[in-house]
Amino acid sequence: MQTTSERAVIAEFVDVHRHYVMGKNVVRALNGVSVQVKKGDYLSIMGRSGSGKSTMLNILGGLDRPTTGQYRVGGRDVSQLSDDDLSDVRGREIGFIFQSFNLIPQLSVLENLEVPLFYQGRVGAESRAKAEYLAERVGLGGRLEHRPMELSGGQQQRVAIARALMNDPLFLLADEATGNLDSNTEKEILDLFDDLRADGVTIVIVTHNPKVAERSDHTLWLKDGQVEKLVDNRLVDGRLVDNRLVDNRGGAATNGGHA
Amino acid sequence: MIRDTMRMVNLGLKSLMLHKLRSSLTTAGILFGVASVIAMLAVGEGASAETLKQYREMGVTNVLIRSKKPEETQQSSTTSTMSVLGYGLFYQEADRIQNLLPTATVVRVREFQRGIIRGENWSSTLIVGTEVDFLPVTNMKVVEGRWLTELDQQRQTNVCVLGASLAKQLFPLENPLGHTILVGIEDRFEVVGVLQYQGRAASPNGTTLDECAFIPLASSRRRFGDTVRNPSTNRYENVEVHEIKVKLPTMDEVVGAAAVLDYMLKPAHGNKKDVELTVPLELLRKAEETQRMFNLVLAVIASISLLVGGIGIMNVMLATVTERTREIGIRRALGAKKKHIVQQFLVEAGVLSALGGIVGVGLGMVVPLAIEKFFKQNTDILPIHVLLAFSISAAVGVVFGLYPAWRAANMDPVEALRHE
Repeated sequence: MQTTSERAVIAEFVDVHRHYVMGKNVVRALNGVSVQVKKGDYLSIMGRSGSGKSTMLNILGGLDRPTTGQYRVGGRDVSQLSDDDLSDVRGREIGFIFQSFNLIPQLSVLENLEVPLFYQGRVGAESRAKAEYLAERVGLGGRLEHRPMELSGGQQQRVAIARALMNDPLFLLADEATGNLDSNTEKEILDLFDDLRADGVTIVIVTHNPKVAERSDHTLWLKDGQVEKLVDNRLVDGRLVDNRLVDNRGGAATNGGHA
Repeated sequence: MIRDTMRMVNLGLKSLMLHKLRSSLTTAGILFGVASVIAMLAVGEGASAETLKQYREMGVTNVLIRSKKPEETQQSSTTSTMSVLGYGLFYQEADRIQNLLPTATVVRVREFQRGIIRGENWSSTLIVGTEVDFLPVTNMKVVEGRWLTELDQQRQTNVCVLGASLAKQLFPLENPLGHTILVGIEDRFEVVGVLQYQGRAASPNGTTLDECAFIPLASSRRRFGDTVRNPSTNRYENVEVHEIKVKLPTMDEVVGAAAVLDYMLKPAHGNKKDVELTVPLELLRKAEETQRMFNLVLAVIASISLLVGGIGIMNVMLATVTERTREIGIRRALGAKKKHIVQQFLVEAGVLSALGGIVGVGLGMVVPLAIEKFFKQNTDILPIHVLLAFSISAAVGVVFGLYPAWRAANMDPVEALRHE
């Protein structure tokens, strides 16, 4: 039995709308989404293209702001923060992992790992020790002086995961983290996610790959900018369990189920 | 702070190394700009320094009136080689000048060529007959013995003071004081003093003051007279005074005094055109004016070349920013604020132009040396010019890097991350 209710809410959407004005039309990319991510969650977000996945990812990552509604990180509403403060939220609370790894090519692995701390003014002996530890942790010890180009795709993604952990974020936010990898490497990365998860790291992944999604605890399905359903993958055969989840999450987790 | 700056510079260098050729070409733009500024200024400074020094040595509070041989007509030159050509200033004119300008110091100078013999040593040089005030007016000093006195003038004594080079030539081993030299054929003069080394011209014929022998004006008139055979035309010329130097107490009075003197000399010399008025202060001001214009032109050329360099930097930085849009997106996603992005690209532009500046300073200091060696042209590198050229180049980098950096910082992170 889980003790979900006792775990802290670290990221929360409260009736989030995100509308874009395109000429005369208003595109409602997100149309009233409410969801909670609690400490230790392993959540995947799925949906067809145009469902609002990317918009949700951008807001979760602090790269975009809701048009209306609240996005809370660690209990603090960040939807109205200044650009600088939002940058700090990204730098301190969120660990990004991208589909195309997004390492900076001219920097060594060590330097890439230090980038997030550099912007917090925390580069030094400590950051180096931490980089060494995390490189070891993702299985890349001894490659700190390599350039990204000298590594395979899977290795690059491991570096990216280590980089995402450098700032001890509230949660990891992965965008199609295995999209550019072959199936063997994909499995290795997903295994690594499992390991991290076991260590208590909170993970949110956005994907369109059902195989990836089913490795997570829960899958949030988006459709037309709204939550369609929330699936608990740990239950038999991925059976639809909307109601139970709503119960587990204190009733406020989703507005899904009636899309 | 320093460590972070070092990191930024290091990062800038790494990013520039991604495009070595492009970066070096851009750097070359600044390099040649800086080098040419320094080289041009050094050449300009060297060329004018000599002239300015010369004018200053003539004395900025002085007005110089020189006797000048009037231009001969065909007729007069053929008349007779034995006739005496009389022209120039007169002894009494100095008194008239003194009356007109009571505060001025007036000194008469006679010059003529004679051989001087001292034992085995011999020199044909310029004998200068002059007065006591010659020393303060020309700003010269006695290093040994004494200068000519009023008493020497009154008694028309045969004493002389030697220029530094002449003293060395006639008395290579002994102290010249108290010794006698033979001037011309029969006149013996006792050496009473030696002057400090000057290294400047005494008269238009190029003999330096250091090679001259100075004797009392009165003695000169008594022993040698006013008529001298001009060795080049083989004609006798009668000139009482070759030059009258008028020293005024302050620079403000120079221009007015020059006008008075010009007016005074007109009746006697205006038609014959046998005197020439020189105002070193005016020459100096003109030369300085020219120098200022020259420097202005150089500054304009310099700014144009640095502007071109700056445009090159902006161009490259804009390309860099576009190319590295994705990197900007990554950095923003990892917590970089706008100011961090601005810093990063400004440092990069600054490094680009500072590198050009440093190498440019080196090249700019070598070029004048080469010019000096191969073209025998004086050059003068002033530290202020080097500093100026370098700081302008660094400023150019920052100024022209500003817009690209601003553009980088204001990219939408979401768009930037999506950029291929």
